[in-house]
Amino acid sequence: MKKHYSEQLAGLREQVLRMGGLVEQMNRKVIQALVERNAAILAEVRSMETQVNQLHIEIDEACIELIALRQPAAVDLRFIAAAMKINTDMERIGDQAINIVERAEVLLSVPTLKPLIDIPRMADIAQEMLKASLDAFVTGDDELAYRTILRDDEVDQLKDQVFRELLTFMMSDPTTIPRAMELILVSRHLERIGDHATNICEDVIFMVKGKDVRHQGPLA
Amino acid sequence: MENVFEIRNLSSWFGDHQVLKKIRMDIAKNSVTSVMGPSGCGKSTFIRCLNRMHDMTPGFRMEGEILLDGTNIHSEKVDPVYLRRRVGMVFQQPNPFPRMSVFENVAVGLKLNGRKLSRADIFGKVERSLAMAALWNEVKDHLNQPGASLSGGQQQRLCIARALAVEPEVLLMDEPCSALDPMSTAKIEELIEDLSGKYTIAVVTHNMQQAARISDQVAFFLMGELIEMDKSGKIFTNPSDKRTEEYITGRFG
Repeated sequence: MKKHYSEQLAGLREQVLRMGGLVEQMNRKVIQALVERNAAILAEVRSMETQVNQLHIEIDEACIELIALRQPAAVDLRFIAAAMKINTDMERIGDQAINIVERAEVLLSVPTLKPLIDIPRMADIAQEMLKASLDAFVTGDDELAYRTILRDDEVDQLKDQVFRELLTFMMSDPTTIPRAMELILVSRHLERIGDHATNICEDVIFMVKGKDVRHQGPLA
Repeated sequence: MENVFEIRNLSSWFGDHQVLKKIRMDIAKNSVTSVMGPSGCGKSTFIRCLNRMHDMTPGFRMEGEILLDGTNIHSEKVDPVYLRRRVGMVFQQPNPFPRMSVFENVAVGLKLNGRKLSRADIFGKVERSLAMAALWNEVKDHLNQPGASLSGGQQQRLCIARALAVEPEVLLMDEPCSALDPMSTAKIEELIEDLSGKYTIAVVTHNMQQAARISDQVAFFLMGELIEMDKSGKIFTNPSDKRTEEYITGRFG
């Protein structure tokens, strides 16, 4: 049976949260697997993608049906539009986690190049950004969204740092190139996760304030 | 899903003018079915057939079968008065009995149905019906005022309470909100959603946004024909018939 509008909106919010929780977990576990060199965890992450893909479809369906049947206006319309866009970003974050799984599978089959320090730090920040962006979505906290966007620079800087460090490895010993390249790719995927979290924050600001802050350079 | 109404090849005429053409439709139990279409498509005629409102209309003629819980409503065994108790109707213009109080407007059906009820029973049923119609809190201190003293939206909810008092299985509504302002409309729509699940409701509307908001199923009528009937989510996102698509996107005609 058909539920009331407000229950449908609450249901959509809950679906978005469930998906957000899943991609957060994928992200955390894949880095754990990489640091602990534990292939079993990698398999677990792969299996989570199916649920994420399922939710990706369900959330879009729910949004389209709400628009078609309820003619949402004002904050409700912005909420549904934000949910649709956040949905895409979350699915892409899940894809990035799978990309890291693929890199990790290669890295786990060869000896360690170096202890991982900056990559887990990048992952932590990207993870915190993702969590904060979803919290901001649920609570409608645009201030939190603003603060979170600013953290993307930290991730970008760490990515450059990882690259410079690995470059010295590769220049001094070309046999490290395959492993170093894999690590550079991991840092690239983490950087993309930070970008997606930034997009989510921008959508949250649009949802709360009705203001589009994309493509405007550093936030005022 | 269980069907309350099964309509088989229903055609009808007013004189020589054919209004409905071989309509075949099932109405599922405890759900909201909307009938939408442009003016003159036969949607009101159709819904009025379901409780034999045309019996007395001069020149009206019909063919086909309308089964209510498997029984043909035109069979000799069916008393039209009893049929209309099982299949209640709410009209476009709120029509409370003007000289009766709010209380009497709801109680009248109970009294007319000839059932011996105690005063306490009647009061209980009136209160329950007004509560279901989401009107109790607004009128509980004014039960003796004339029904006509209420606002238009309240009067329409009073009419719904009156229809509910005799505990029908089906509620037919013929454009129940078209005489109401947006706030009253929102209340009636919310009420329809509350009642679905407990009642089978069929609503005629030419407001397709309303059909979208309140219905589980939507039937689209055009020039006396049932063009398409499906879940509202399907009709309003991806209808099967091009004419339905043209109508709901405003490209019609």
